[in-house]
Amino acid sequence: MDVIKEFLDMGGYGGYIWPSYIVTAVVLIVMLVASQRLLKGNEATIKALEPAKKEETGEEKT
Amino acid sequence: MLHRFANPTRFLRIATLVQPWMAWSTILLAGAGLYLGLLSSPADYQQGESVRIMYVHVPAAWMAMFCYTGMAVSAGVGLIWKHPLADIAAKATAPVGACFTFLALFTGALWGKPMWGTWWVWDARLTSMLVLLFLYLGYIALANAFDDPSRGTRASSILVLVGFVNVPIIKFSVDWWNTLHQPASVIKMDGPSIDASMLWPLLLMAVAFNTYYLWVLLIRIRAEIVANKIRILRLKQVHG
Amino acid sequence: MKRKHKRLTFVGLALLLIAAAVGLILSAFEESIVFFHSPTDIVEKQVSPDRRLRLGGLVEEGSVEKKGDAVVNFRVTDMANAVNVTYRGILPDLFREGQGVVAEGTYVAGVFKADEVLAKHDENYMPPEVADALKKSGKWDEMSEEMKKQGHVSGETPK
Repeated sequence: MDVIKEFLDMGGYGGYIWPSYIVTAVVLIVMLVASQRLLKGNEATIKALEPAKKEETGEEKT
Repeated sequence: MLHRFANPTRFLRIATLVQPWMAWSTILLAGAGLYLGLLSSPADYQQGESVRIMYVHVPAAWMAMFCYTGMAVSAGVGLIWKHPLADIAAKATAPVGACFTFLALFTGALWGKPMWGTWWVWDARLTSMLVLLFLYLGYIALANAFDDPSRGTRASSILVLVGFVNVPIIKFSVDWWNTLHQPASVIKMDGPSIDASMLWPLLLMAVAFNTYYLWVLLIRIRAEIVANKIRILRLKQVHG
Repeated sequence: MKRKHKRLTFVGLALLLIAAAVGLILSAFEESIVFFHSPTDIVEKQVSPDRRLRLGGLVEEGSVEKKGDAVVNFRVTDMANAVNVTYRGILPDLFREGQGVVAEGTYVAGVFKADEVLAKHDENYMPPEVADALKKSGKWDEMSEEMKKQGHVSGETPK
């Protein structure tokens, strides 16, 4: 237990070190997830648009 | 050479292949960097344990400048040679670079408080870094401000190129003027003035940040290419 | 092809001009971009007692005197000149003799009255054992001489 406590305390600088690492991790993960979502969203939109285009051309033929 | 990669369809194929490699490199390098940085590296003789903030602060600051340089090169190529992929790369880099700049400032404040005795000072290094954040935000705002995306690209590319003068100012601010921020420890003429036991975690984290950037960049470029296709399809539907 | 070249020269020229303009502006404002003044600056230039300024340099070895009531007196030196500083308040963790320091306040009658003291750290990072080994082998003084020459800690801009 003491080992963990000591590790978290970081010689008294834990209050500065941990927020640095946690905020860095959070910002980078949020950026990654947001980018992945943007890509998936766009891919879904284009999938929805492309069949619609085909239907339109199909209607024109009949 | 450039033309080959500038073909968006070919790029999409390469990007999907490279992306998992970047993802795994990031995870493995960051894992190793965190282990060395938080557990196995020693405390500094002056700064004690607080030196560990360096392993996120310095890579973030390097990437902030690296991303801006990449953006300036892409914007220049886009402006001069009209490569559509170059414009897309610049646009896709901006939010990631802004994140890195924010993190460099944020972790710098957390490091400055215990060591210097202040969260923030208006010295040349810190101020020019804040200017970099505003340049990123200004670029993002400008690129999205126009209804006609090609006009937005032109205006924002010019902003990026003009703002590039700030990058050498950031790098050399600590040599040109006296600042509260200390001079460079790693990238300098007479070799790094940092012990190997601390240089290793720093370099591992720096490479991890770099592969992370490439990972997110590939995702964002793919998203932009698809977004452009959507725009063209919608225009066709409206007019056709 | 020709239009590309035209654009290239235009962008290149524009960037050169901007760099030159920014360079001129920065050198014109050098005095206000500088974060602190060295003891030599402050001793040689006559500064009016109501002007706030920052003094930067090394805390002279053996000069720190802790008086009661959180008042501390010390001398800041750039190896050529030294200035007496008096300060009341909490010192940062890195404040120690022989280390860089930046004090903000006023210079009145030969004493610098600081109301804020910031520590400046150097660009050397190493574990304590390595620092001890360097000190023992005598390489330490060589290294700090080198640092002083470069003006990094002395607060003087290398000219």
